[in-house]
Amino acid sequence: MKRNPAPHCIQRILTTVMLLFCATIQAAGDPLPPDSIYHLRAPLTDQNGVRQTLAATKGHVTFMTMFYSNCDNVCPLIIETLKMTEAAIGEAQRGQLRATLISLDPARDTPARLKELSAQRHIDQSRWTLLTTDAKTVRKIAALLGVQYRQLGNGEFNHASVLILLDREGRMLARTTTLGAVDASFVAAARKALAQAERS
Amino acid sequence: MVARILVLLLGLLVTGVQAQPASYRRVPGAELRSVLPPDSASATTRVAAFELRERPVTNGEFLAFVQHHPEWQRGVAPAVFADGGYLGHWAAVNGLGKAGRDSPVTQVSWFAAQAFCESERARLPTWHEWELAAAADETRKDARDDPAWRERILSWYSRPATTTLHAVGKAAPNVYGIHDLHAMIWEWVDDHAGMMVSSDNREQGDPDLLKFCGAGALSVADRDNYAILMRIALLSSLQAKDTTNSLGFRCARTPVKAAR
Repeated sequence: MKRNPAPHCIQRILTTVMLLFCATIQAAGDPLPPDSIYHLRAPLTDQNGVRQTLAATKGHVTFMTMFYSNCDNVCPLIIETLKMTEAAIGEAQRGQLRATLISLDPARDTPARLKELSAQRHIDQSRWTLLTTDAKTVRKIAALLGVQYRQLGNGEFNHASVLILLDREGRMLARTTTLGAVDASFVAAARKALAQAERS
Repeated sequence: MVARILVLLLGLLVTGVQAQPASYRRVPGAELRSVLPPDSASATTRVAAFELRERPVTNGEFLAFVQHHPEWQRGVAPAVFADGGYLGHWAAVNGLGKAGRDSPVTQVSWFAAQAFCESERARLPTWHEWELAAAADETRKDARDDPAWRERILSWYSRPATTTLHAVGKAAPNVYGIHDLHAMIWEWVDDHAGMMVSSDNREQGDPDLLKFCGAGALSVADRDNYAILMRIALLSSLQAKDTTNSLGFRCARTPVKAAR
């Protein structure tokens, strides 16, 4: 019987190579789940004038909402509520969280205006992205997120204010219409999503 | 005589040159007394001139669309864009089977309808555009105050939804030359999600500023027009990915020259 040279070594090498190969294939070609909103490929621009897609925060648990800067009524509350909700999440997990705010009013919310608003409202731009796009895409994003809105004659918008929790692959996990206060079940859902993200 | 013939030939030539696969009809701009007025202050809303497809989009036309855009085939389009009923009435992904080629396509979501309209360089009509076109009958631009006309339309709703849809364009067109706005299918509009009608009567006209930042829920103006109210109730309750077996669509265009 012939003896194979170092059979165990070769086996180990082959196994490692196979595992690495599989891991690469898995990571590179991960298709989006069918209920992910990131299926919408549309061009948006952020507050720095950089082109983005809706999936800019793919890979991170994300809060998403729609607003516009000229709003006198409720919109300032949206940003405050987002901040309060993040604060409730806690320091430990907050670093992994992202927030995406999409403007309903692309005509007036230019990237420059969004940048100005970010500064005025002391927004943490390392984790929050403000986006503007065209009217058609706004309609599609609102349809995906379930945000009702319509433009009034005076240029103001009549719109529902919703905060949406997205998992790392863009699936909607939770939503809240609570403004000016923290929605405990929404926070719980966010903490759970963040914990799951940390484990995998 | 010769001049007349030449003018006629020229007219035919121009029509031929402008001929599109789908026929669109012009609806002139108007002040619409809408059942869903955009705000309680003004009685009417200005609708700019637009063009509307003469007939609803058919199964045959939608089949051609998904063949050219396979990302919209059943099974390929993700659930976020179209629910489980999407094109369920077709025998196969790429075959109509018993579904009539010239019948209006149904079981299509708002996203799918948008994509189709974009493919023919068009869009979905707004609610007010649709309402303006649908207010007309065969001879009048606004037949809505005629109880006989309202009754005719209402009688359609008493037919069960399982009745097979017949081919588009058979019934007499309205005064704009547009067919089948009534008595056939429900139709998607671009801004169905903006029809923020409150189900709670107490909220109507009373702005719930926290719920609907800006102006509160809309109030329905004409409560006798049950046919339109049913349509509004349906459209405002739908989500963009929903499909139903009596919901189809047609496309609209903004005219290049906005002549009134």
